Amino acid sequence: MTTSEAVAGGEPLRIKARRQINDRAIQQLFIMPTLVLLILWNVFPLFYSLFLSFTQYSHSGKAPPVWIGTGNFDALLNDPKIWAAFAVTGRYALLSVLSQTLIGFGLALLLRAKFKANGLLTTLILIPMMLSPVIVGMFWRLIFNPLMGIFNYMIGFWNPTTAPIWLKDHALISVVIVDVWMWSPFVMLLCLSGLKAIPDYIYEAAEIDRASPWRQFWRITLPHVAPLLLLAVLFRTIEAFKAFDLVMGLTGGGPGNVTETVSVALYRMVFQGQARTGMASALAYVVLIVIIAVSNVYIWYLNKMKEA
Amino acid sequence: MSQITLQNITKRFGTVTALNNVSFEVKHAEFFVLLGPTGAGKTTTLRIIAGLTKQDAGSVAFDGQPVDTLPPADRDVAFVFQQYSLYPTMTVYENLAFPLRAPLRRMKEEEIRKRVTETAEVLRISHLLQRKTARLSGGEMQRVSIGRAIVRNPRVYLMDEPLSNLDAKLREALRVELSHLQRTQGSTTLFVTHDQIEALTMADRIGVLNHGCIVQVGTPEDIYDRPATTFVAQLVGSPKINLLNAATDGGVITIMDSDVHLPACELCTDPANLPCEFILGIRPEDVRPDPAGLFAGEIALTEPLGVETLLHIRIGRQTLVSTVPGISPLSRGESVRFGIVRERLHFFDRTTGVRFSE
Repeated sequence: MTTSEAVAGGEPLRIKARRQINDRAIQQLFIMPTLVLLILWNVFPLFYSLFLSFTQYSHSGKAPPVWIGTGNFDALLNDPKIWAAFAVTGRYALLSVLSQTLIGFGLALLLRAKFKANGLLTTLILIPMMLSPVIVGMFWRLIFNPLMGIFNYMIGFWNPTTAPIWLKDHALISVVIVDVWMWSPFVMLLCLSGLKAIPDYIYEAAEIDRASPWRQFWRITLPHVAPLLLLAVLFRTIEAFKAFDLVMGLTGGGPGNVTETVSVALYRMVFQGQARTGMASALAYVVLIVIIAVSNVYIWYLNKMKEA
Repeated sequence: MSQITLQNITKRFGTVTALNNVSFEVKHAEFFVLLGPTGAGKTTTLRIIAGLTKQDAGSVAFDGQPVDTLPPADRDVAFVFQQYSLYPTMTVYENLAFPLRAPLRRMKEEEIRKRVTETAEVLRISHLLQRKTARLSGGEMQRVSIGRAIVRNPRVYLMDEPLSNLDAKLREALRVELSHLQRTQGSTTLFVTHDQIEALTMADRIGVLNHGCIVQVGTPEDIYDRPATTFVAQLVGSPKINLLNAATDGGVITIMDSDVHLPACELCTDPANLPCEFILGIRPEDVRPDPAGLFAGEIALTEPLGVETLLHIRIGRQTLVSTVPGISPLSRGESVRFGIVRERLHFFDRTTGVRFSE
């Protein structure tokens, strides 16, 4: 009798205790950890680095940050080495994004056709995209290796003594080649989804309307895929401006500063040599502003295209 | 303009035979309607004529010239698709100009503008010319789609259920416009529909298609008054024709499960041609309530539609549907006397559904 009473009394109590956590509290329980992490790892560094960019400071020294106003920015914008790094980044971004777009779109056009093993081929092509950039950099260093690398053999240089030493003679092009190898599939994937969304009957109507394949491509295929293509270009441009891991894995910014992109320059500024943390923070903000500006141009164009 | 001849067209998709030995002819400047239920092979027929689908056997000829080997572009047909098929990235003007800009035509921009403007006026879409097609209503889209067909003066118009995605009012309006357009332009048109009203109102001639076979080709009057099979009889006419099992015994025709007996001698058909059992078809308008009528029944249901009323008359265990003009004073449960217009009875074979010829 007593035991059954205890059970009967205990059960409602536990239910009550559980009910005391209301929906709102549960919501907050889920959100709070993420919020705390975000503030600690993202929001705080964002504002702290903004503050640091206006100071003279080195994280390796003992001295506290000294406010110097826009001194860092003045120095950066007058530094030919930084301009050179921007030029390298720009060249790299232009070459790699352009090639990726052309190759990715081309692949998408080929893979749109229905044939056997289409799905398998698509998956295989997507593999490079899924690899870690540092790993990719390391094994492409082997592929480019002038003595034992397979790249020179594949493009027809059989004699290692006369073959180009890619990572030394054409370092930037090498990085572009690897980036294109790795990220064309991404452009392809976006374009493919755009292409598959074009209904067949539009092509049938065009055929009835006597449009040549060339005209069908320019007037129907391209305008349909353009928004997605532009999106791919936007993503890849932003990524190219941030290019770091692949470059570090392949060339480390060298030889000299031939492949020193802005991000690599930034890294060298903080972690190699003088550890100029304040200056590097300022450079990071310059890069941020450039990326935002470039993105906005694309987004503006994208919106214009949708409206028209 | 030209005529279309289809000879023994057969098309299979896997194990399904979509078209089986289909032959018919669309005459010059004729409005030919291909009528049939969903899946009868209407669209396939149209696509084969356009060259979008290749037939397995048989031949398509325009003006006597086989076009089987020609791609769609060289057949010079205009196709109005059910789903409009407009180019969504272009404006209405560009959509209409698109077929004219084909390199084959080498048309001057001025001529293009003239023709597009004229077409837009005919279809009353002039105010939409600069609009993107995605922002048009269904009716406007279908007008543009029709415009894209008529702007180029093709040899043949092929229309694949162009009105079926529109609401009833719009459908009626466009139906009238299309008929008018076809008559004024004198264009050879093959129009596909599953809607018997569209077929009866618009067609010069109708071809009825069922399970990939042509069942009957004829004028709307032929199809309605002399349906070749019970299938055709049921396909056209609303409300549906009354089909009743009937038997003949000497000179008297009896509708089974009822006490309706018709003296066969008064019929236009020679009863000697009829087997013992057959199917009797009576159009609802030929069942006429009449105090002096020969037959008696009971009203099972009335459906007042305003312009007419449908009376369901129970005779024995059978029910006959009758249409009477206006609102009928008869109400459910009342007994009624009625007559049958005997010259307009239809007789079909009980197993094959084929009409007994007079």
